[in-house]
Amino acid sequence: MTDLLEPRAIGQGLVRRDGELKVRGTATYAVETPVENPAYCHPVQATVARGRVTAMDTAAATALDGVLAVLTPFDAERLASTEDAEYAVLQSDEVAFRGQLIGVVIAETSEVARQAADSVRVTYDEQEHDAELAVDHPGLYKPEKVNAGHETDTAEGDVAAAMATPQRDGGVTLERTYSTAMYHNNPLEPHATTALWDADAQFLTLWDSTQGVHPDRAAVCEVFGLEQEQVRVVCPYVGGGFGSKGTPHANVMLAVMAARALPGRPVKLALTRQQMFFLAGYRTPTIQQMQLAADRRGRLQAIAIDVVEQTSRIKEFAEQTGVPARMMYASPNRRSTHRLAALDVPVPSWMRAPGECPGMFGPEVAMDELAEELGLDPVELRVRNEPEVDPETGKPWSSRNLVRCLREGAERFGWAERPRGRREGDWLVGYGVASSVYPTMRQATSTANLRYADGRYVAEIGAADLGTGAWTILPQITADALGVDVGDVDVRIGDTQYPTASVAGGSSGTNTWGSALVVAARAFRDKFGGSPDDGDEISGDVDQAAKDDAHAPYAFGAQFVEARVNADTGEIRVPRLLGVFGVGRVINPRTARSQLIGGMTMGLSMALHENSVWDPRIGQVANHDLAEYHITVNADVGEIEAVWLDEHDPYVNAMGSKGIGEIGITGTAAAVVNAVHAATGVRVRDLPVTLDKVLPGLP
Amino acid sequence: MDADITLRVDGETRRLTVDTRTSLLDALRERLGNPSPKKGCDHGQCGACTILLDGQRALSCLALAVAYDGAEITTADGLARDGELHPVQRAFLERDAFQCGYCTPGQICSAVGVIDEFEKGWPSHVTEDLTGEPEITHDEVAERMSGNLCRCAAYVNITPAVQEAAGA
Repeated sequence: MTDLLEPRAIGQGLVRRDGELKVRGTATYAVETPVENPAYCHPVQATVARGRVTAMDTAAATALDGVLAVLTPFDAERLASTEDAEYAVLQSDEVAFRGQLIGVVIAETSEVARQAADSVRVTYDEQEHDAELAVDHPGLYKPEKVNAGHETDTAEGDVAAAMATPQRDGGVTLERTYSTAMYHNNPLEPHATTALWDADAQFLTLWDSTQGVHPDRAAVCEVFGLEQEQVRVVCPYVGGGFGSKGTPHANVMLAVMAARALPGRPVKLALTRQQMFFLAGYRTPTIQQMQLAADRRGRLQAIAIDVVEQTSRIKEFAEQTGVPARMMYASPNRRSTHRLAALDVPVPSWMRAPGECPGMFGPEVAMDELAEELGLDPVELRVRNEPEVDPETGKPWSSRNLVRCLREGAERFGWAERPRGRREGDWLVGYGVASSVYPTMRQATSTANLRYADGRYVAEIGAADLGTGAWTILPQITADALGVDVGDVDVRIGDTQYPTASVAGGSSGTNTWGSALVVAARAFRDKFGGSPDDGDEISGDVDQAAKDDAHAPYAFGAQFVEARVNADTGEIRVPRLLGVFGVGRVINPRTARSQLIGGMTMGLSMALHENSVWDPRIGQVANHDLAEYHITVNADVGEIEAVWLDEHDPYVNAMGSKGIGEIGITGTAAAVVNAVHAATGVRVRDLPVTLDKVLPGLP
Repeated sequence: MDADITLRVDGETRRLTVDTRTSLLDALRERLGNPSPKKGCDHGQCGACTILLDGQRALSCLALAVAYDGAEITTADGLARDGELHPVQRAFLERDAFQCGYCTPGQICSAVGVIDEFEKGWPSHVTEDLTGEPEITHDEVAERMSGNLCRCAAYVNITPAVQEAAGA
């Protein structure tokens, strides 16, 4: 049990503290940092998917007026560590995927840099590449672990036996294969860095777009052999990340290399939107083979998910897609496996709710199919499989209100009166439902500093606000922990000059940084009382915050979708989307709602629009820009509402809050597929749901 | 090749030298140090660079600066006058019509342009009656704002913010 804060500022829907800067456009993002006399970088990328660079003719580039330097694998500085092959830029002539960085031009202007980069002539010894994922790829292997440290495979009981035994008395078995597409995070702010190397002081300053200044610095120090004291990373504002700025990518290392080639001169490197499809991470496509067995009352006897996905040949990222099926529903027999193909492709990475996002697609559509086979209401089917304790660990839940979310959502949405293939004019109408889940995580390290100065409480922590609201909600938490008005509290973030903070990832920011701030605030009160003197100061570590390991902490939710499918054209519209969530105590309803509806809308985007169309012949995304990589736009959304239960969880942290940044995107795509099925009778098992998949099956 | 041009930016006369390949967006961001219009794609696909160009919303990444000598440009920063936010900016704050803030200046310039287009009676793709005055409905605003992508997906807050600012 934690000592829950008495909420005063917590729970208030305060307007964003950084809001005015953002609506004026004067919040400074990385590449916009005002620096004296900047130079501009433009990368050179490989145009083969596998091979060796045999020569680079840079004569035309260096001859251009305004070109300051051209770096290639043949003359770039040697890095201190090349252990992480993604970061080992310009260290060898090997090409591991199309679009890999093989050079950079630094010039007086961005126009000249780009022209010069285009004029570099590259000769390759091209080799045959393998860039096509298949469920029976001969190179499939079992990774040691999957992302976030989860076991690769789990097994309990005997799924095969349960599937082989004919289900008596009207029980059913179900075997289906589902797939999700390749997705690119595509934050609106392209990955970008301003970098300055002071050779005399041996000091590097990076203004980088990152979800964590301290992890960013640690990676740069490792690669360049620098001490932490030699590097400062500054990032007050991030133009979105969704995981792609959670770890630095190769562009950051290239920017540092360019800065070190031009000591004393700040350099700017912003990826183009097209380059982001090669260099900024992405979500692997997934193939999910599901098995379910249930008795006639719908109680699961077996649940299994066998996942096939890809990683790059040079660096492993194993998305933990099978993880949510391990804990969502009760079943005596369970199995989950992950197998990877290491291909000549760009390096996959985190994208909003890695694991849970794709991993709540197959299972939640399968539950809908099972409900249909059994003639059960899909809400009721889920309720009947509610586990008493976490099936994976056997621990009691810190709080689990999935059933309440389902019931509350059904009531609000009008689920009982749901249409099944009702035709309204030219449109077929159906409702769908799916569950949402996200683990409540706290990172191991974060420190907050708190002092009293000039009548105000000033906290510092190297946290990040990628639009989540950290600038606004961290003062709310600190104020309640101190027992003062939120207007008397400043919290400064986004700079390695402040104490170490963990990455804004895994929906763990508020839990981690907030806990550190609470520790600091309570220690401050203990030491200095209610009337501190100017300059009184103390720090607090997250590892001093109460941590409960006896319970399984998760946030849950239920999403309801109305789909309308045009009976003649197959056009799919989603006029209504409702999410009901149990996410603990909400710190700021205004910003929390934005995060939840933002996640749900991104889930809608995944369901209907997003698809990185992979061309295995050349090894690249064919639709690598925002004209052809479609994301949901304004006219695609109708009513989207997120509500939350009044949930009391005494085990997660002093705020009583669970993470909210990612749960919104989990389950949404399944709910859309289930609604389209209800409307049309067509079951789409491979995302996205597009009209060509629906049209042949329309009544 | 370079060219000397003059721009009126947020009420100030600015003289500058540009490469003839310099977009209006890069002229503002890289030459004049005005970061308000954002670069999200540089191809007219995302709307983050939207400014008001001689009073109308325009994609500054698709305009060559050299072709706009003498133009009157308003960025989102310039919409705020004498420390007072524009009604569209206030509505965006109140409705939390953004998260990361990167598409926001473009959304706001676009919204100001949209409201003006309504006042002029311009129809859109979803206007049913082309002979009457279009009404500032949800669908009309959503349609007209669809050139401005928001990856944080604040759309359900953006549309009512624009309607509210327009006095609908």
